Amino acid sequence: MSDKIDEISYLILKLTQDGIPFSSSPFEDIAEKLGISEQEVVDRLVDMQKNGFIRRFGASIAHRNIGITANAMCVWNVPDEKVEEVGKIMSSFPEVTHCYERPRYPNWPYNMYTMVHSYNRNECIEIAKKISEAVGIDDYSLLFSEREFKKTGVRL
Amino acid sequence: MIDLDEKDKEILNEIQMGFPLDIHPYRILSQRLGIPESELLDRLKRLNAEGALRRIGPVINTRRVGGSSTLVAISVPEDLLDEVASLVNSYPEVSHNYLRPFEYNLWFTVSAKDKETLAEILEDIRSKTGLPMLDLPTKRLFKIGVMFNVR
Repeated sequence: MSDKIDEISYLILKLTQDGIPFSSSPFEDIAEKLGISEQEVVDRLVDMQKNGFIRRFGASIAHRNIGITANAMCVWNVPDEKVEEVGKIMSSFPEVTHCYERPRYPNWPYNMYTMVHSYNRNECIEIAKKISEAVGIDDYSLLFSEREFKKTGVRL
Repeated sequence: MIDLDEKDKEILNEIQMGFPLDIHPYRILSQRLGIPESELLDRLKRLNAEGALRRIGPVINTRRVGGSSTLVAISVPEDLLDEVASLVNSYPEVSHNYLRPFEYNLWFTVSAKDKETLAEILEDIRSKTGLPMLDLPTKRLFKIGVMFNVR
């Protein structure tokens, strides 16, 4: 596994991060700019995916605009020794898009986070209940997003 | 809200998960979806213009590329919310910023090119707002697969 990204691959990320064009040969312009073939652009993207520099290549959907408006961050207080086991179960729910362990603070007991997206709040509440039963943790809270102040992709 | 027909939904599901890395990716997709490439391109342009589709591109693993990121929560009084949210948004390193009514109510993610830059941004926000703040970097990642089942 390659440890550092080289300059050409880095530039490919920079040139594609705002989205590739909707045209028959979407990598043509990038290839020309970098002085390499379209096939090399594609091959490098495949390699970067294999090496973990990119998580996936594909569409980012504006979920709110198409009706997936309920978005809950569920925070859980899970005993430290159970985090590994609980994290695996939580991740197995298809409705859970993200699952992380994060640090606690004296005034903040929650150490696990799951994001749940759905068409309405009740569905999110139901999903959280199902997860709670599956993992046997009932110290949790649902934080629904009420306003989106900003959403861009992660930028280089 | 945007109206989607069945083909639009099929397209949105397909391009999230199964986008082919090929020099002619839309040709391959159009064959899978059973529509001409020109129709697929027209639909994608429309979905993008209407705001259903943000972009097609790489989802970058910041940490792997050498960067540093975290989730931050601030406890902001109601009347300061717009002001603090604008301050937070002003950093290009902030990628998501949401109001989630709770004890800590402003939740945002920061991805910076290195640890030092990330620390500077947090310190800057802390000193400018003087509000209680939680720095919540990932300790363990179990799942990251933002994929929406469009139905």
